[in-house]
Amino acid sequence: MKSRRLVWLSAPYVLWMALFVVAPLIVVAAYAFTVELADGSWQVTLQNFAGMAGYAGVFARSFLLAAIATVICILIGYPAAYLLARTPPGFRRIANMLIMLPMWMNFLLRTYSWMFLLERNGFINNILGSLGFFNLVNALNGALNGAFSLALPTDVAYFEFLGSQGAVVLGMVYNFLPFMILPIFSVIEKIDPRVIEAAQDLGANSRQVFRKVIFPLSLPGVLSGVTMVFIPSVSTFVISRLLGGGTNILLGDLIEMQFLGNAYNPHLGSAISLVMMVIVLVCMGIMNRFGEGEGEAVLL
Amino acid sequence: MSKELIRLSDCFMKFDDDVILDHINLYINDKEFLTLLGPSGCGKTTTLRIIGGFQKPTSGDVFFDGVRINDVPPHKRKVNTVFQKYALFSHMNIFENVAFGLRINKVPVPDPSDPKRTRYVKVPEEEIKRRVDEALALVNLSGYGRRSVNSLSGGQQQRVAIARAIVNRPQVLLLDEPLGALDLKLRKDMQIELKRIQQQVGITFIYVTHDQEEALTMSDTVVVMNEGKIQQIGTPEDIYNEPKNAFVADFIGESNIIDGVMHEDRVVGMYGKKFPCLDGGFAPNEPVDVVIRPEDIDIVPEEQGQLTGTVTEVTFKGMHYDIIVDFRGFKWLIQTTDFSPVGARIGVKIDPDGFHIMKKSAYSGMFGDYSSYSSEYDELNEDRLEAEDGDEE
Repeated sequence: MKSRRLVWLSAPYVLWMALFVVAPLIVVAAYAFTVELADGSWQVTLQNFAGMAGYAGVFARSFLLAAIATVICILIGYPAAYLLARTPPGFRRIANMLIMLPMWMNFLLRTYSWMFLLERNGFINNILGSLGFFNLVNALNGALNGAFSLALPTDVAYFEFLGSQGAVVLGMVYNFLPFMILPIFSVIEKIDPRVIEAAQDLGANSRQVFRKVIFPLSLPGVLSGVTMVFIPSVSTFVISRLLGGGTNILLGDLIEMQFLGNAYNPHLGSAISLVMMVIVLVCMGIMNRFGEGEGEAVLL
Repeated sequence: MSKELIRLSDCFMKFDDDVILDHINLYINDKEFLTLLGPSGCGKTTTLRIIGGFQKPTSGDVFFDGVRINDVPPHKRKVNTVFQKYALFSHMNIFENVAFGLRINKVPVPDPSDPKRTRYVKVPEEEIKRRVDEALALVNLSGYGRRSVNSLSGGQQQRVAIARAIVNRPQVLLLDEPLGALDLKLRKDMQIELKRIQQQVGITFIYVTHDQEEALTMSDTVVVMNEGKIQQIGTPEDIYNEPKNAFVADFIGESNIIDGVMHEDRVVGMYGKKFPCLDGGFAPNEPVDVVIRPEDIDIVPEEQGQLTGTVTEVTFKGMHYDIIVDFRGFKWLIQTTDFSPVGARIGVKIDPDGFHIMKKSAYSGMFGDYSSYSSEYDELNEDRLEAEDGDEE
């Protein structure tokens, strides 16, 4: 009885989801499987999907860069989360806040600021220049040219960071790293210290305790971290636009172009979106299957 | 006689400014079932954790088989622990939980190429399987190996925890309130089970509990602790029949503790009257605490009683009645199968062996009066709840 009455508490959420998630998805699907004919009428077709073959490179690049960013996030985020979970609570609060701090700033602003840092005359190039780094590079290149009769440039005055895939990955890692650290941290923090003591008691040294107990128990956190980094990385368009310099377009850019850009074609855009969603869902499904038994990982 | 295995020598432990252990001296024999008994915060769990290697005493020494082990980390000690809330590995099935210690530890074998040297090798898989099955059989969980931890009841998880510890054939098994989270019926079954397991595998058990009945049922030796000090060490019979002070008398079972005076050997005075008893060895007219167990008191007609009082409360307990009797303002608890109505004037008779005389101690006057009978029961219950929350130390 009680639970039936409480069901109504979820009504606003259900309504919200229906209006802004389910309905748009249906619209997207409707667009994806149709084309608009010259006379303005719609025709059901698979033509949009067939036309996507030409974008295979963009798909590959998007998933590859997102995967690289996710791996880097794990490599940085896991040790950070692990250390964080073992620090005294007072310091932990401060560190937690420092991790969250960038999130309080607008996503666009954060990414813009990286643009200024990475520009030809940006902060990083200036620092490298004033440290004499480019003189060193030029001297080194000159020496190599002399020794091996190469043609390395000896007039390097800046690095072209922007427009590279590295800059895109950097932007992804920078923006989404907290989403890796926080779920791992909260899982490790909740591991019962007695379980760790039990492992020590049974003869495990600290390396074995980590390998056999802490790491397996923290996998659900890693899985949800991966989900929370990989999905926004795959579909981002701001990062690749601002830091990728328009040459390294990703799925997000491609989709955006179909709706807001010159290549206006919402039917194709919908089809690409749909395929991307399906691929992401399949990836996540496989990963969660792989992590089964390690606890329930978060899918959405 | 069995030989000494573990010795705590003058162990002192301070956390911030709280004294947790106040210069504990204790030795534990091989193959003994020893229980550390006391209320929450008495230092019993700390003592256990010191033996397990999870805490270091601020000062004092711990010896294992004659070797000082203060600085030996837990994973190198020949003891295994059964933790309060089992602390099973939820990411492994039952078999892997039990096999954990066997998979971790390498065993020395003689090097075939050079017999003088030993090599350390993994326990072979067949032996792991055999020993895990053996351990699961010992705790009556044969065939449960493939189940997940979360599919088991509390009692079964407890058995897995015991199997996981015992499969490594430790010399000592430490048990930290292992039955605290189980219901009464299961607890009683497990008490018998634990005693059986201990006798079957023939190793030392060190058992921590706040439940005096559990301690009396299972132990060879009971160590009663309070406020970081050992109050008494003895067999369950000793502890019950010859408590050393009012704290022990009150904590172990029910006791009426009355101010008395020892007129001479075998004559004790209370309420201005003299009673024959069996104790002696006190100074003439030395003030003492007199312990009379509720079951050692006979209710007789008023005119035949050594003392007379008024019944103020009667509670039916199944096997007997708990009757509270007011003797000139000091209330006694009497356990009897005879019903007496509230308000009745009754007499009591106590045989000489019903008296137990204790020297006065710091605890004199703090326990043994049943004036606030019902509220005392509530306190006891609260104490139990606290301990079950596991917030001790």
